[in-house]
Amino acid sequence: MSAVSTPREPQIPKEHYLNAGYGVKSWLLTTDHKRIAILYLASVTFMFFLGGLYAAAIRLELVTPPGDLVLSETYNKLFTGHGVLMVFFFMIPTIPAVLGNFLIPLMVGAKDLAFPRINLLSWYCYVVGAGLVLVALVEGGLDTGWTFYTPYSTSFSNSNVILAGLGIFAAGFSSILTGLNFIVTIHKMRAPGLTWFRLPLFVWAHYATSIIQILGTPVIAVTVLLVAVERTFKFGFFDPARGGDPILFQHLFWFYSHPAVYIMILPAMGVISELVTCFSRKKIFGYSFIAASSLAIAVLSFLVWAHHMFVSGLSVYASLIFSALSFLVAIPSAIKVFNWTATLYRGSVSWQTPMLYAIGFIGLFVIGGLTGLFLAAIGLDVHVTDTYFIVAHFHYVMVGSVVMAYMGGLHFWWPKITGRLYPEWWARVSAAIIFIGFNLTFFPQFVLGYLGMPRRYHYYPPEFQVLNVMSSAGASILAVGYFIPMVYFTWSMRYGKVAPANPWPATGLEWQTASPPPTENFAVTPTVTEEVYDYTKPPKEPVFV
Amino acid sequence: MFSGFPLFPEQASTLAGSVDGLYFFLIGVTVFFFVAISAALLIFAVKYRRRSPSEWPEEIHSSLLLELAWTIVPFLITIVIFVWGATLFFSMNRPPDNAIEISVVGKRWMWKLQHMTGQREINQLHIPVGRPVRLTLTSEDVIHSFFVPAFRVKKDAVPGRYNVMWFEATKAGRYHLFCAEYCGTQHSRMIGEIVAMEPADFQTWIQGGPAAESPVLAGQKLFRELNCVTCHRPDSQGRGPVLDEVAGSTVRLAGGATAVADESYLRESILVPAARIVDGYQPIMPTYQGQVSEEGVLHLIAYIQSLKRPPAGAAVPAGGNK
Repeated sequence: MSAVSTPREPQIPKEHYLNAGYGVKSWLLTTDHKRIAILYLASVTFMFFLGGLYAAAIRLELVTPPGDLVLSETYNKLFTGHGVLMVFFFMIPTIPAVLGNFLIPLMVGAKDLAFPRINLLSWYCYVVGAGLVLVALVEGGLDTGWTFYTPYSTSFSNSNVILAGLGIFAAGFSSILTGLNFIVTIHKMRAPGLTWFRLPLFVWAHYATSIIQILGTPVIAVTVLLVAVERTFKFGFFDPARGGDPILFQHLFWFYSHPAVYIMILPAMGVISELVTCFSRKKIFGYSFIAASSLAIAVLSFLVWAHHMFVSGLSVYASLIFSALSFLVAIPSAIKVFNWTATLYRGSVSWQTPMLYAIGFIGLFVIGGLTGLFLAAIGLDVHVTDTYFIVAHFHYVMVGSVVMAYMGGLHFWWPKITGRLYPEWWARVSAAIIFIGFNLTFFPQFVLGYLGMPRRYHYYPPEFQVLNVMSSAGASILAVGYFIPMVYFTWSMRYGKVAPANPWPATGLEWQTASPPPTENFAVTPTVTEEVYDYTKPPKEPVFV
Repeated sequence: MFSGFPLFPEQASTLAGSVDGLYFFLIGVTVFFFVAISAALLIFAVKYRRRSPSEWPEEIHSSLLLELAWTIVPFLITIVIFVWGATLFFSMNRPPDNAIEISVVGKRWMWKLQHMTGQREINQLHIPVGRPVRLTLTSEDVIHSFFVPAFRVKKDAVPGRYNVMWFEATKAGRYHLFCAEYCGTQHSRMIGEIVAMEPADFQTWIQGGPAAESPVLAGQKLFRELNCVTCHRPDSQGRGPVLDEVAGSTVRLAGGATAVADESYLRESILVPAARIVDGYQPIMPTYQGQVSEEGVLHLIAYIQSLKRPPAGAAVPAGGNK
């Protein structure tokens, strides 16, 4: 039942970060990056299941062509709520704020992040943002779509645009502060001997992500403020009736929101690099190429935003340039996929749950990534943009890839986080259920999209019904797949088998300390003398306990 | 393929075949890489599966050659796709000269269409097969998007500006027209149909029905009602520029720049006259924002465009049927 058996029975250490305090204050005022990661884990999990409820209502409505379950107004609020919750409050924070927060100090051999109190502040920004958005969603809802397109959002919508906008504004600061903390920590707090090219790729990926968070997020903050100002004071930034330009909004919005996609996927790629190497027992193939491709993605991600606007009336030549740059950003992702695959070659491949998620990730990411080429090809994008093809494409990247990686990472580091092992059999079963449910949900949507079904449609023509029913059936399987881990993770926190310090075993400083780690992370300051991912011999026994 | 459960959309325009060609090529590329990567992963995962917990395989050093190969090969493939997609996009954005002109105004939640011969339609557009149709799109309120899946074309109708799209139907039939840009409560009901007819049937259709006022005539009437003619006199004695032959020409602006007097420029000159003043004139024209409907502006533009044609044919619509 347990993941790995070790010769001597492991013991939970007497003192660790989880039993350092039990009171509410010991959690809400903590500056321990590990405890803040747990606060984030609880918050994003809540938002994920809430966003999932919205998705469930959407899929239930779409079982039949006419809008017979809810009113159109309600349906529009459902897909908007689903998008806002999932994008801003789950996808963007999840891997950096939970796994990144927990692991980056451990991986670089530091006691904490560079600015522990700012780290706590970032969680409070998230909570304030989430609170504002929840109030907006409950008290009347929001019906602009998560994209807030003008002039609908500024002059026509009667829903809670300003409140939700302020929520996103606040949550944006959480993202900026986390990015800032990571960059400074990675620069200044690496353990002796831990050179840049000995850093785990998880750290490289978060470094690249942080750059985007710091440079991109202020733009969305300014954009939602402009929307709020136009709504409140009737300024004419975006509404042509007041002399504004609605397309300007799209440029500003996507200038952040396209790079934001890479805020989600880069950390996921970092997780996959760790999983693939540990469960193949091989040094990652092409370490420097994977590290450099993360930085290449971070830079190029800022130069492709207008590929969301090919049918908006963008000039033909601007379209050409954005098309070309969009193809270019596909190359670094391809490099990663090839290197991960090559890592398995002549390895010692274990089929434990995290590896199942990693292999699932690579397969689904190939589909998600390559269908992106359909959209970068401008002549073809015209037909498929704003249809279910887009919906399918970004769910393959967001859910099929990012959530897969997150689940893989959660299983991989669960013993470190909680000091307990999860039940391997249940974990494998639910990974398989998620994989099947996911594909059944979203693959039919590619077909629907090419057939011409527009996204955000409450009513749809009857000939699209069969594919929609398949998708809804898949969604219910997917829901079961996400529910099971929720149950066994919760169960394992109390009843799971006690985990050794390094259960897999894996390289990396986080495995060189106790599970769960002490508040100060390492009993002695670690020093690094070896190259990264050296799996030619068993990783040394935990020495910094 | 049985009806009721289609897996592939009908091809009903001259562009549909080429869009589908690129689509199938990309499916080919996707299937190839998906199968190759998945096969490699599964074969490695089975062949090199861990047989004992004490296996510590030897390191394999990265190969620069391999890295270059899997950087350059995908790069070359993307260049092919880029050029293919761009070529297609160019032809989508270059309406043929002999196209029938239709004006489209999106309004929550309906499509208002008008032929140059005057016929108005709502949520339905009759067109002849085998003749290119050029649509000028705008919106009265929020952004909409005119999407005809069977033709593989889509263009946003953006308030405050004109976008242009074109297509040529290849077979008679009724095809879905969807609004593809979310526009509020009844977004999914902002649908309609394109009725593509054999040319003879189309002639019958367009000649039947009540006699309609052409946009040019409507524009002429509006031009008089709004007293435009007081300043824009045909004899160059007025306070505003002479409008004959102005449409489509390149005008010199105050400050030395030039502008092509296309639909967007004419629209701007009516609604925001001070934005780009013609050289040699004073910025004295008042704005007509709020006084003319979107359709009225389109009518005025049609009238001004007709002024560049021989004066006797003032009623002959631009690009209308003969």
